[in-house]
Amino acid sequence: MAEMASTGETPEILFWVGCAGSFDERYKAVTQAFVKILNKVGVSFAVLGPEEACTGDPARRAGNEFLFQMQAVSNIQVMNAYEVKKVVTACPHCFNTIKNEYPALGGNYEVIHHSQFLQQLINEGKIVLQGGGEFKGKKITFHDSCYLGRANDVYEAPRDVIRALDVELVEMKRCKTKGLCCGAGGAQMFKEPEPGRKDINVERAEEALATGATTIAVGCPFCLTMMSDGVKNKEKENEVKVYDLAEMLAKDMGI
Amino acid sequence: MSILPQVIFLLVFAVAGYILFKRISFLRRNIFLGKRETRNDLPDQRWKTMLLVAFGQQKMFKKFTPAILHLMIYVAFVIINLEVLEFVIDGIFGTHRVFAPFLGSAYGVAMNIFEFLAIAVLVSCVAFLIRRNVMKVERFTKPELNGWPAMDANLILVIEIILMFAILTMNATDQILASRGVPHYTLLNGLFFSSFLQSIFQGMSDSTLVFIERFAWWFHIVGILAFAVYVTYSKHLHIFLAFPNTWYSNLKPKGEMKNMPEVTNEVNMMLGIATDTSAEPPAEIGRFGAKDINDLSWVNVMNAYSCTECGRCTAECPANITGKKLSPRKIMMDVRDRAEEVGKSMDSGGPGLADGKSLLGDYISKEEINACTSCNACVEACPINIDPLSIILQMRRYVSMEESAAPAQWNSMFQNMETAFSPWKFPPSDRFNWAEKVKNEEIKEN
Repeated sequence: MAEMASTGETPEILFWVGCAGSFDERYKAVTQAFVKILNKVGVSFAVLGPEEACTGDPARRAGNEFLFQMQAVSNIQVMNAYEVKKVVTACPHCFNTIKNEYPALGGNYEVIHHSQFLQQLINEGKIVLQGGGEFKGKKITFHDSCYLGRANDVYEAPRDVIRALDVELVEMKRCKTKGLCCGAGGAQMFKEPEPGRKDINVERAEEALATGATTIAVGCPFCLTMMSDGVKNKEKENEVKVYDLAEMLAKDMGI
Repeated sequence: MSILPQVIFLLVFAVAGYILFKRISFLRRNIFLGKRETRNDLPDQRWKTMLLVAFGQQKMFKKFTPAILHLMIYVAFVIINLEVLEFVIDGIFGTHRVFAPFLGSAYGVAMNIFEFLAIAVLVSCVAFLIRRNVMKVERFTKPELNGWPAMDANLILVIEIILMFAILTMNATDQILASRGVPHYTLLNGLFFSSFLQSIFQGMSDSTLVFIERFAWWFHIVGILAFAVYVTYSKHLHIFLAFPNTWYSNLKPKGEMKNMPEVTNEVNMMLGIATDTSAEPPAEIGRFGAKDINDLSWVNVMNAYSCTECGRCTAECPANITGKKLSPRKIMMDVRDRAEEVGKSMDSGGPGLADGKSLLGDYISKEEINACTSCNACVEACPINIDPLSIILQMRRYVSMEESAAPAQWNSMFQNMETAFSPWKFPPSDRFNWAEKVKNEEIKEN
């Protein structure tokens, strides 16, 4: 972003990478896949790079409002300085926070989840799919992220992206408004679960495996981690893969 | 004719009215122990939500069988209350079936509809008793229902069954008396359902029947008044509170957490940003987050009094499903029970809120609130738009900001975020490292 600003360029979108997108070994591949799609399609975009900080979502949900607002206000200062209008992010937590919670602190942007953005690109014919590639005809199930689904009522965009791949989309028993959390929301990602019978991600992985799908599609970095761990817990990691929507599209596009 | 029954009726009616007035004032005061919050925006959307969700039972229909059974009781409750109006007029003026002459044959039709509804209520209540006590539907077997809550649920179902029998008995005996030409009784054109009961009473004398008919009438009307009082002490308050509760629904996206403006001022000062509120005298800063009911919003407390303990929230809660202590239903019951405790203490000259107890700690444990994934499944599941999540998150704010007692791993996460601007401990300068791979690939391609 800094480079573009220095040359007077105004990118169409700001891609908000997020902490998982920047640091999580597995999830960095999603960031890379999404960027490759943007490059291929020729979308003019920028990232904040080292100027990006955590949106503060986990701090706020863990109760630390001070820390949340410190993060939020700093981020808003940076984005407002660059006169950012439109933000796209692959993380539903960043999406929810910037879209719904930054306005109260002076950050007003059009915020779109990457599933919605990818759906638009497909609809506009900018992403031309090769007919599913390795996913063609395979059974795929989509795990709804709470912060995309119930929190913001986005249920169809990710499903439309999956359908575009010419696959068989199978639903889990608990899906859409009734979708079961992966167990990571509300800052649970950053602590051990409270004592109980079972881990939530194992419960959810069992449900996903029961559909007979060979791929579990997700649209959230935390869900990706939790579902992958759940599948490993059931020792099915060789048969069943967990992918983000952007990765699936990038694979199909051969990039 | 003696006016004694009319006097007794008026007396009973007045006593019930007085008790209700006292109790409703008590509930109102308890609800407003919560903090002020204005939720009057978007009135069109609020009326629409109330119409669909409370009046139209929209969210009940996510589970079809109980929804149909509940609908029958609900419709019967609303419609049979029209008949109660006649009861009241008859009671005050010593008349009998005062509406009958005005409505002509339509009256008989109306009575048949009421009888049908009475049967529908009977069937539904029996089905509900079976679901609770024989089938033991899982959400009715959770520990928070042990004792009074389970009793409360069964009691109300049994009372409704008895009240419906009273209506049918009254109609059956009333019609036998009318067919015998006993004065004062009006023959209606065949009451379908109660006619099946008539055979029980056929052999009895006129005076016995009059006694039974009068007894059933009194039983029904006194029963209804007693029921009205009982409801205000019970989870069944939802039959009234569901309406304001849905009107005051949270209309914002479910993922949005309420901002704390008192924190924003401090943050802006720390970051050296001028605030437009700096000229104003600093508002009195209370507690951060919620420790007790007076820290919550009044809407949270109204939510608690509206809860009918159906447990759909708990049945959808990922933490509860996997055996954690958290149950969103229990959160709501605890808020209500604490409000009751504080209210009673205040009314008896006790310490009220300063009784050394609090919602967090004495009713709700940290283990419970720490188990929440903020997934909004409970909020989505509630048939009347109760929001347990809002309460949980406010309590987390208290624990984190007032007690600095968040779980250790969260404290480390906070530390990372303070120093490295990420919940994980990576240097901020590495944020762009992922791009190396993309750049290298592009260089190779070119």
